Amino acid sequence: MIEADNQATPNQDASPSRDVDRREFLNEMLAACGTAAPVLFGMVRVPLQDDQYDAAEHYYGMGIDVNKCIGCGRCVQACTIENDVPEEPHFTNTWVERYIITSDGEVVVDSPDAGMHGFPRTETEAGIFKTFFVPKLCNHCEEAPCVQVCPVGATFTTQDGVVLVDEGYCIGCRYCIQACPYGARYLHPEKHVAGKCTFCYHRLVEGLVPACVEVCPTQARLFGEVEGRPTPLDQFMRFNSVQVLKGHLNTKPKVYYANLDGEVR
Amino acid sequence: MPQQVPRLLAVFLLAAIALVVARSLLVPETFGELGHYRAAAIDSVIAHEKKYAGHQECALCHSSIAQERLASNHRGVRCEVCHGPSANHVAAPMNVKPEAPRDRGLCVLCHEYNPSRPTGFPQIDPVAHNPLLPCMSCHDPHAPVPPVAIAECSACHGQIARQKAVSHHATLNCTTCHQVPEQHKVNPRAVRPTKPEDRAFCGGCHAQAVPGIPQIDLRTHNPTYQCWQCHYPHFPETRE
Repeated sequence: MIEADNQATPNQDASPSRDVDRREFLNEMLAACGTAAPVLFGMVRVPLQDDQYDAAEHYYGMGIDVNKCIGCGRCVQACTIENDVPEEPHFTNTWVERYIITSDGEVVVDSPDAGMHGFPRTETEAGIFKTFFVPKLCNHCEEAPCVQVCPVGATFTTQDGVVLVDEGYCIGCRYCIQACPYGARYLHPEKHVAGKCTFCYHRLVEGLVPACVEVCPTQARLFGEVEGRPTPLDQFMRFNSVQVLKGHLNTKPKVYYANLDGEVR
Repeated sequence: MPQQVPRLLAVFLLAAIALVVARSLLVPETFGELGHYRAAAIDSVIAHEKKYAGHQECALCHSSIAQERLASNHRGVRCEVCHGPSANHVAAPMNVKPEAPRDRGLCVLCHEYNPSRPTGFPQIDPVAHNPLLPCMSCHDPHAPVPPVAIAECSACHGQIARQKAVSHHATLNCTTCHQVPEQHKVNPRAVRPTKPEDRAFCGGCHAQAVPGIPQIDLRTHNPTYQCWQCHYPHFPETRE
C-alpha cells in the first residue's frame, strides 16, 4: 500500500520538500537519535566554535625577574581583590618575601601582611650585605604533588597546565596543603575548601593576563606560554638565565625566576 | 554444567549490576571526562567574576591618556595599578567611578627609598622630599618627569645619580671626584672624565679625622687594595 502511495506521488515533483516514506523516516529518526544521544548525555563534547577558548591549544607559565621587583605589593592586593580572598584571617594566593642577607651570612626573610601594604624601611642599613624582594605564588607544577595526594580528585591540572581546585568537590582534608613544598595552599576560612592561585583562570579564558601581572608596575611578573610559543614569557626565558624553586624535588614548576639568589628557597 | 556454576554466575552478575548502579550514583557527572576530576569544575572556576578590566579596555575610551602614558616613564604602570579594579566602571561608566588617588600615600608605595629595591629605581625620602606637598603638584602621574631640568651628569648617568642620591655620598657633586672636560658632553666616549687614581684621594676625607665621616688609617687599612675595589663610591656600604 505504501508502495502504491509512493507511486501515486511522482518523485519528480517540483515541490522543494523531499518525499520520505514512513519506513525511511523512522530509520532516519533512529539514526538521528543515535547520533544525538552521546552528545545529550554528555558522552561526547561538542566541538568548539572558532571564537571559543580551547584549553588544548595553550600551556601557561609565569616568569619573575627578581631584579625588577620593587616590593610595592600591588600584585598581592590585586590578587586578593580579584579572587575575593578574605583579608582576615590572613591568607593570600601570592606573596612577596624580603630577603636580607647580613654581613655575617645570616639570612632574614620577612613578609609583613604578605607584602600587601609594602615593606617598612629597615631600621638601619648597617650590617646588610644585600637585600632584595622575591614574589612567590603557586608554581603550577607539571608533576604537582598536591594533585597526586588529593584523595577525591578535587585538585587537578587542566589541559593548559593550570592547577585548580574543585570547590564543590573538595572535602577540606588538607592533604594538599601539607604536600605543597612551596606553601602555596591554605584552607579557605569561609568556604572550608583548599584555596590557591588559579593563574586567574577566569581571565585567561578571556585572553587577559592574571591580575598580578596586569598591575605589576615594573613588569617583574610576566605571563605567557611555555614550550617555545611566541609570548612575552618565551622572550623572557631566551634572554635570561632562569631557574625554578626547589628544582631537586622534580615537581617541574612552571614559574621561572631570573636573577634568583642562591639563598632563596 | 555443575549445579553451583549458574548460581555463582548469578551472584557475579548481581555484584556487577550493583557495581554499575553504585558507580552511576556515586561518581559525579562529568567526572573523568578530561581526567581524574569533574570537568564541570572548570566552568565554575571560569564563572568567577573579574574585577580588573585590563588596560586595553581603559584605552578604548581614554585613548589620549593611554598614549601619553605609553610614551612616558610610567609606560609599564597599567591604569589599574593606581586607579584600582575598574571592571565595574567599564560595565557602567557613568555610575561607577574608579579611584583617583591624589595624596602622597600611593606614590611612596613604589618610590619611597628602601634598600631592598633594585639599583637605580627612582626613589626619594618622603620625610625630606617636599613634605606635605602632594606628588601631583610637581609630577604628572601619567607622564612623570623630574620637575626641574636635570643636572648635567644624570642626563646620561641616571642610574648612578639615582643611586648616589640615596647614599651617604648624596651631598657630594660628581665633580668632587671627577674632572669633566667640556668635550665629554660632545664626544662622550672619546673624551673621558677623570677618575680618582690613588688611595690618598679617598683619604682626603676618610683619613683626616673629620667628625661624622668614617675614618681609617691609610697605612694599616688593607694597603694592597685601592679603595674602590671593596667600596662602591656611588653607594658606599654602611658598617658599624
